[in-house]
Parts: sequence; C-alpha cells; structure tokens
Amino acid sequence: MIPSTVPPKYKVFVDPERCMLCERCTTECSWGVYRRQGNKILTYPNRCGACLRCASLCPRDAITVTLNQSCGREHPVWTPEVKQDVVTQAKSGCILLSGMGNAKEYPIYFDKIVLDACQVTNPSIDPLREPMELRTYVGKKPEKLEFDYVEEEIDGKKVKKAKLKTKIAPNLKLDTPIMIGHMSYGALSLNSHKAMAKAVKECGTFMGTGEGGLHRDLYGYSDNIITQVASGRFGVNSEYLNKGAAIEIKIGQGAKPGIGGHLPGEKVSAEVSMTRMIPQGSDAISPAPHHDIYSIEDLAQLIRSLKEATRWKMPVFVKISAVHNVSAIANGIATSDADAVVIDGFKGGTGAAPKVFRDNVGIPIEVAIAAVDDRLREQGNRHKISIIASGGIRNSADVFKSIALGADAVYIGTAAMVAMGCTVCGRCYTGQCAWGIATQKPELVKRLEVDDAARRVANLIHAWTHEIQELLGAAGINSIESLRGNRDRLRGVGLSEIELNTLGIKQAGM
Amino acid sequence: MKELKIDAKDMDYRELNEKIHEVLDENKDLEKLVLENVLGQRFIGNGVSRKDLTIIVNGVPGGDLGMFMKGPKVVVNGNADHAPGNTMDEGFVVIHGSSGDVTGHSMRGGKVYVQGNVGYRSGIHMKEYKYKFPVLVIGGAAKDFLGEYMAGGIILNFNMDKEDTENIEGRMIATGIHGGVIYIRGIVESSQLGIAADIKDFTEEDIEKITPYIEEFCAEFGYSNEIKEKLINSKYTKIAPISSRPFQKLYTPDLR
Repeated sequence: MIPSTVPPKYKVFVDPERCMLCERCTTECSWGVYRRQGNKILTYPNRCGACLRCASLCPRDAITVTLNQSCGREHPVWTPEVKQDVVTQAKSGCILLSGMGNAKEYPIYFDKIVLDACQVTNPSIDPLREPMELRTYVGKKPEKLEFDYVEEEIDGKKVKKAKLKTKIAPNLKLDTPIMIGHMSYGALSLNSHKAMAKAVKECGTFMGTGEGGLHRDLYGYSDNIITQVASGRFGVNSEYLNKGAAIEIKIGQGAKPGIGGHLPGEKVSAEVSMTRMIPQGSDAISPAPHHDIYSIEDLAQLIRSLKEATRWKMPVFVKISAVHNVSAIANGIATSDADAVVIDGFKGGTGAAPKVFRDNVGIPIEVAIAAVDDRLREQGNRHKISIIASGGIRNSADVFKSIALGADAVYIGTAAMVAMGCTVCGRCYTGQCAWGIATQKPELVKRLEVDDAARRVANLIHAWTHEIQELLGAAGINSIESLRGNRDRLRGVGLSEIELNTLGIKQAGM
Repeated sequence: MKELKIDAKDMDYRELNEKIHEVLDENKDLEKLVLENVLGQRFIGNGVSRKDLTIIVNGVPGGDLGMFMKGPKVVVNGNADHAPGNTMDEGFVVIHGSSGDVTGHSMRGGKVYVQGNVGYRSGIHMKEYKYKFPVLVIGGAAKDFLGEYMAGGIILNFNMDKEDTENIEGRMIATGIHGGVIYIRGIVESSQLGIAADIKDFTEEDIEKITPYIEEFCAEFGYSNEIKEKLINSKYTKIAPISSRPFQKLYTPDLR
C-alpha cells in the first residue's frame, strides 16, 4: 500500500469537556472514524466524508467536523482537492468515483433568472381565494380535436350532442408538476424507496423505479410508479412493465452522459439480486448504449415493443442527458412514438459516476429545456411529446423557471433525498451511507424511519406546490398550462446577450 | 388439440399483434396458433404470458420476436429478423433458418434455438437468476461480439458447416462477460476473445452439461443420430468469465 502524501480533508474534533464517552459516535459512524481507547475517543479523520451523522446525533454536541485548513501552501490553482485527486490516482492508477451531482462552480442559470410579477395593469390573483390549476398531463396531446355529432332525444326534444372522435393517447395525470426521478433500488435502500412511494401517493404524483426493478413491497404503489428500462434490463419482465403507470427508457443520465451504470457487487444483496434478477454479489453492469438501439429508428422500435407489451395503454418516456445536440435528439424522439422526453442536466445526481464525468460532462438543464422547447415548436412537434426537466432542481423557483422555459413537469432527486436526511456528502457509491439512504446494509437501512421520511418528502412537495401557486398568482396566471413556455415571465440578470438569446429570455428592464 | 389460424397477409404489425391477443383472450384452451403469410411484422408474441401454447410462424417475422414473452413455444418456419428472444422471460423460440443481430438480447430465461447463423452481438447481456436460466443454441456461425456482457446462462455455437478442428471466425467474443458460459465447436484463439473472457478446459462434466441441449437441438430440427453423435463427440472451446466482478479494479478503492 502506497501511503498518502496529503493530510485529511476534514478535521474531526471531539470536545473532551463535553464528551461523556457514551460511544454513540463509534456506532453511528459507518466509516470507522471513531474508536474508544480508555477514557478517550480517538478519531481517524482520513476516513471522514463529512456526512455529519456523528455531529447530528451526539447527545452532548461534542463533535465538530471542519474543513482541514492545514493543507500546506495555499494556491489558487492547486487547491487541496486537486492535489488530493492527483495523489489518490498516483497511488492506485484507478478511475476516481464520486456520488451526487456536479460539484464544480459552474454558473447556475436559474439564479440569474428573475420572475415577473403583476402590479396594476394586469392584476395578480390571490391563490388563497381563487383556484389555482396545477394539474398537469404528461403525454401526447392531439394536434386538433374532432367530434362526431349524434342526435339524441332528451325530454321529447331532439338535441345534437357532440362526441369526441379523436383518440387521446394515454397521459399521466399529476396533481402537481413535481415528480421524483429515477433512483434505483440497489443504489438506494428499500426504506428510501418505500418512503418516496408513500409520499408521491399522498401528493398525487409519481416516482421512478430507476433501473433496478421494482421490489414486491412497492407493488401496492403501482398507480404512482414509473418503471424504467435501461440497457442492463435488470428486473424487466412483462409483470414489471405492467406494474407501473408509465415506462421510461433510460438512454442517458445527467451526472454521467455517454456512459453506462455499474452497481458494484457489494451492493447486490439477496433482496437486490431478487429484484434485479441477477446472482447475489455479481456486478450489475448497464453498458453505455442499449444494444438494440443504434439509431432513432431502433429507439422507436424499443418504444413500440414496450407499448406492445402493455397493449398501448401506457405512456413511454425517454430519458436523455443534456448534451449540446439535445434539441435534435429530442425532436427525433418526438417523432418516434414516445410520449415524453426527460432531459437530465449536468447537475443531476448519481449513486456512482467517475468524478471526471460528474464534474465536466454535459450542459446545464436551463439551456437544454429552452433549446428543446424551441426546436420542438419550430418543427411543429411540441404537442407530440411532453418535456420533463431534471438535474439540479433545488426549490420551487427552479420548478417555476423550468416550466416557464418550456418544461411540462420536473423530476427531483437530490432534493427528495435531502428531505429524507441526506447531507450530500457524495459517498453514495461506497454503499456505506450512514443515514440509511444509499446503502443496502441492514443495520444502516433501518436507520431511515419510513413514515418519518415519507412525511418529510410529502411536506416538501406540498410546500413547493403552495409556493408555485403563489408565484402563479403573483404572475396573474391561474393555470400552470398558461405558464408553460411563457418566457415573457422571465428576465435575465447578469447574462450575456448570447446567453439571453439561447435561453430565449429578455434582459431585466426590457 | 385446439388449433386456430390467423392469416397475416397485408396486416400491419399492430393489427396482427392485437389480433393475436384477442384470439388468445377468447380461447383460453388454445394449444396451437398458426400465423400464415407473416412478412416482417414485428413483436410477434411480445409479452404473451401462456404456457402449453405453440405459435407457428409461417414466413419471416420482424424484429423482437417473443420479446418479454413468458411461456409459449414459437416455431418459425423461415428466417427471423434481429433480436428474437429479446428480454424473454420464459418460453422456447425455434428458428428454422437464420436470425439477425442481437439474437437472445438480455434473455433472462427460456431457450432460443437457431438452425442457421446469427448476427452480431448475439446472446448479449443474457443473465440468470436461480431457476431462470437462458439458453441460446446456434447451429451455424455467429458474428462478432458473441455473448458480450454476458451475465448468465449458456450459449452453444455448433458451427455445423465446419469441422471441429478448424478455426472459427469472430472477434471480441464474450467482451465484458461476468457470468454464464459459452461453448463453441471448433478452435477459438485467445486473441479472438474480448476483455474479461477466458478460455477454460473443456471437461467430461462440460460434455454432460451440453449433451441434453444437443439432443434437443437435433430433435427440433430433425437431424440424424449420426449428426447428433458427431456434435456430442466434437471438440469445443469453453469460454467463461475471469471474474464475476470484471471491472472491480478499474475504480480507486480510496475514499473521496
């Protein structure tokens, strides 16, 4: 073993004045940072990832975890993290893994967009008195409606009645435009999945299974589940496909565009192996491409085969990551029988990705939504497909701005996990999550109390939904339908002309 | 035996598949369904969940034959397009001819027997779980990338047009394999293998393992006892994964 030549990233301090040697930190820390020796708690800070489980649960508030500042000479380019990465790779010769979303300081366009509000000329609406329509239908919409007129006799009078002739494609009915995106069972614990399923059921919305199949304990939530089919086809059979309300084909993921997924064997427990239908302890590899998709025509074939398997009763989504030619791809998807395209931006989270991908590949979701919405409208295809935006949606304003830029609905992922207790320490890939969220270890999984976590997630969705209603009212709009693609409600602050043009919004003051 | 017939002439794939579903829904005791004049219709048998049913396809079916299928036997009297047996759960697909690329793609159970050749990337990502064990048997030759990312089950490739002392064609065999086993009749050089694959000794135990499949293959396609014996007594190259975790060492073990 080659020793490390950089000091630990974090400093862990146990205040001896406050510590009562209860040893809770030694059991709560799944990384092995703490050990009791005699009348002292020893710390091993090089193992610490600052998940803060110890500090949160220390009954005496004796623990502090801080960034270790004693890392040698300060340098604006060769930061401690850059040096740490070089040293780690020099030691191992391996790819660096990471969890969660992009951790670099790229501009967040959401934060450079402000919302419009009504004053006198166009009065605002009070959502406490007036109904605010947040109902969202995700799926194909007809180009026009056609009716048959049938004459009927009512109370002796002949009345012409209109009957809808146009066949409406199956749509998902959402009470709020916020859904929980796909995070697989395997990456996340069963308790996390149960909590999210309970929450979406209560909120009248949906959650994705991710590519890890659907555990039998979640069969009761099938009306609120979107099943996913990825290149590994884990747990995919016709029963699974029919256990959801919609199906999503995963082509790409925002955190790691262009590469596949890889659940390490240690996370493939007996239950995970049963759900994914692979041997226990075996790696679950989802290769980069679907082996039967090498063109839009092939993708269309997979979409149709999934529709055949479900007798054309379910919408099928296609998830792609936001990359520079996303609008052309989305337009192709619109012409291939898909009902919605999910665009995952580069701030989207993940259980595990090579760090170099997480931090450097892909484009921001804000520009991707705008580009896709523009292109679909130009081509006359916007009604053929819904747009679901995901990857870095942090609050209700981000939801609102996404919809105004052109999305129909959003997926949240990290936000739902943070609601459950995740501290975004970014070590999901190790399977050691001390909060019981991204782990399969039974002793850690049981730390997440399902009902409590479900309550928090449902509260979050409810709170954002209320805020969206308020924002709509302030904008003088009473329906989310009227916000979709309504970029006149947005203004840019501190953006260049080309950025404003790409986003399709005006500069503040104009 | 209850038997029904559907004439697929001039039918669109959706029309034909809906008709198949209707016929099956209305005839719960149906044992044999004959599809006449099939010409490129895709997804035949897709998601059909029925045991003790045989579907006879007279003609050439389109892609994804028997996809997500659970139970039935499908006999194709003709060639098949790409991906027959795609993500199949259970059942038996017998093709009296050749089939296209990704034959047996992600098959998780059941059997696909092809009398002739198969295209590129056949048997890709086949996987097994306890009682689910997929089997792909190829009478002729296979194109490159056979058994890519294979995670379980068995692939048997007879190369019947060649002698077992000859070198077979094909590159990048079993790239990324991390489960299951491939038996190829003939000589395979290690340079023909992809990453993560390994050539293992072909033993008596292996002969015992493959014999029932050879017998079944010969019975399905009507081969003589002489040919059967020849296949059983041939030399095979056995290809298996180096490890069930081939990419474990690709990633740094250090905590970040």
